[in-house]
Amino acid sequence: MRSDPAEYKLVSPGNLPAVLSLLAGEPAQWLPIAGGTDVMVLYSAGKLPNRKLINIWNILELRQIEVSPDRIRIGAACTYTALRRHDIVSREFPLLAMAASWTGGIANQNRGTLGGNIANASPAADSLPALLAYEAELTLISVRGERRVAYRNFHTGYKQTVLAADELIRDISLPRRFSGYLWYARKVGARNAQAISKVCLAALGQISDGTIRDVRLALGSVAPIPLRLNKTEHALTGKKIEPSLIDTARKMVVTEIQPIDDIRSTARYRAAVAGNLVAEFLERLATERKNA
Amino acid sequence: MNTSPGTGAKCEVLFTVNGEAKKLFVHPMERLLDVLRNDLKLTGAKEGCGEGECGSCSILLDGMLVNSCLVPVAQASGASIVTIEGMSAHALMNPLQEAFLECGGAQCGICTPGMILAAVYLLEKKPEPAPADIREGLAGNLCRCTGYMQIFEAVSKAARRRVTK
Repeated sequence: MRSDPAEYKLVSPGNLPAVLSLLAGEPAQWLPIAGGTDVMVLYSAGKLPNRKLINIWNILELRQIEVSPDRIRIGAACTYTALRRHDIVSREFPLLAMAASWTGGIANQNRGTLGGNIANASPAADSLPALLAYEAELTLISVRGERRVAYRNFHTGYKQTVLAADELIRDISLPRRFSGYLWYARKVGARNAQAISKVCLAALGQISDGTIRDVRLALGSVAPIPLRLNKTEHALTGKKIEPSLIDTARKMVVTEIQPIDDIRSTARYRAAVAGNLVAEFLERLATERKNA
Repeated sequence: MNTSPGTGAKCEVLFTVNGEAKKLFVHPMERLLDVLRNDLKLTGAKEGCGEGECGSCSILLDGMLVNSCLVPVAQASGASIVTIEGMSAHALMNPLQEAFLECGGAQCGICTPGMILAAVYLLEKKPEPAPADIREGLAGNLCRCTGYMQIFEAVSKAARRRVTK
């Protein structure tokens, strides 16, 4: 059943302090809307619980990308298109640029935002594993002030986050120390564009003398939240890449994930593919060693 | 402030559509697609899925290709909007229309306005697109008739024709 626009409010305060004071005035009543690629889908289907929305699409300070020598700070309302077109994002954060290119078609990339993807908190979101791999940090703001939260601690359960009812994600900050890593990003879905992932992997690795010095594995669509594979990473670090290690990793991945059967895939398929993607990444990392 | 639901008041929204200034009195959460089709009688943008999957409601909003079914009209306040109806004088239109005709790129026509706008948006950025660029540029536009190959061919042909002219 389609929603009746007469039953909804949408206000455009046009500046951040006014947005925050609305959020604080009636916590959990107001829903921020940026590009609308998630919110408007729910609205059109008559499934949007909030009746009051705040436009944040026109808050320009949420659309900036600031580069400093050691970090890049991405405004929460930056679109996938803005990320893809940004020189430093493309060069130093290819996992994020690649995920942005997977997210919907061009029209949705022109409207969908990184902060929206985070706040929507879908475990199938394509850009979120990249943020885990790059050790992202979020700045959350409210009338009470601002706080920094490591992105890996942001999601607490299926569609549950630490974001308080009066808070807004202001920016996503990434340390600029991964440009020397080998990167691997792969999405497995029914179709490249517009199809939600069955499984996706964002991985980073560093290898010297055949030994894994550092490795980061983050998966989407295999658990209630975007998942970093801490145990598998730990088991791989300091080891030489050999067929037996790849086998061990494949088995370990399956113990760390909690995939489900749903309309897009089955738990069994997801577990097999998650293991395969990690194995493929490790094989690439090993090849890198031979090339070096 | 009124906090109860069911209190959304209408508001004034000003924007330009295909170069003409418009002033509307609308509910802010009305979908831009509905305002274009119902209030402004611009029915070139179609509703396919209503959830941003099919691209048949594509328009250009301040020069950006967007799905107008996902834009609340209040967010278009002050914007410059171009719909398929406003494209007739565009330099890419003749080559695209000819190529779509020659290649069989349009059948039932529901997806065509969105396909043309997505193609224009692509060709303005990449006048000589590789096949992969065309596939990516049109990936957000679904067609249930052609099987896509005719559309990809048409866009490629229009690009070649324009570049050689």
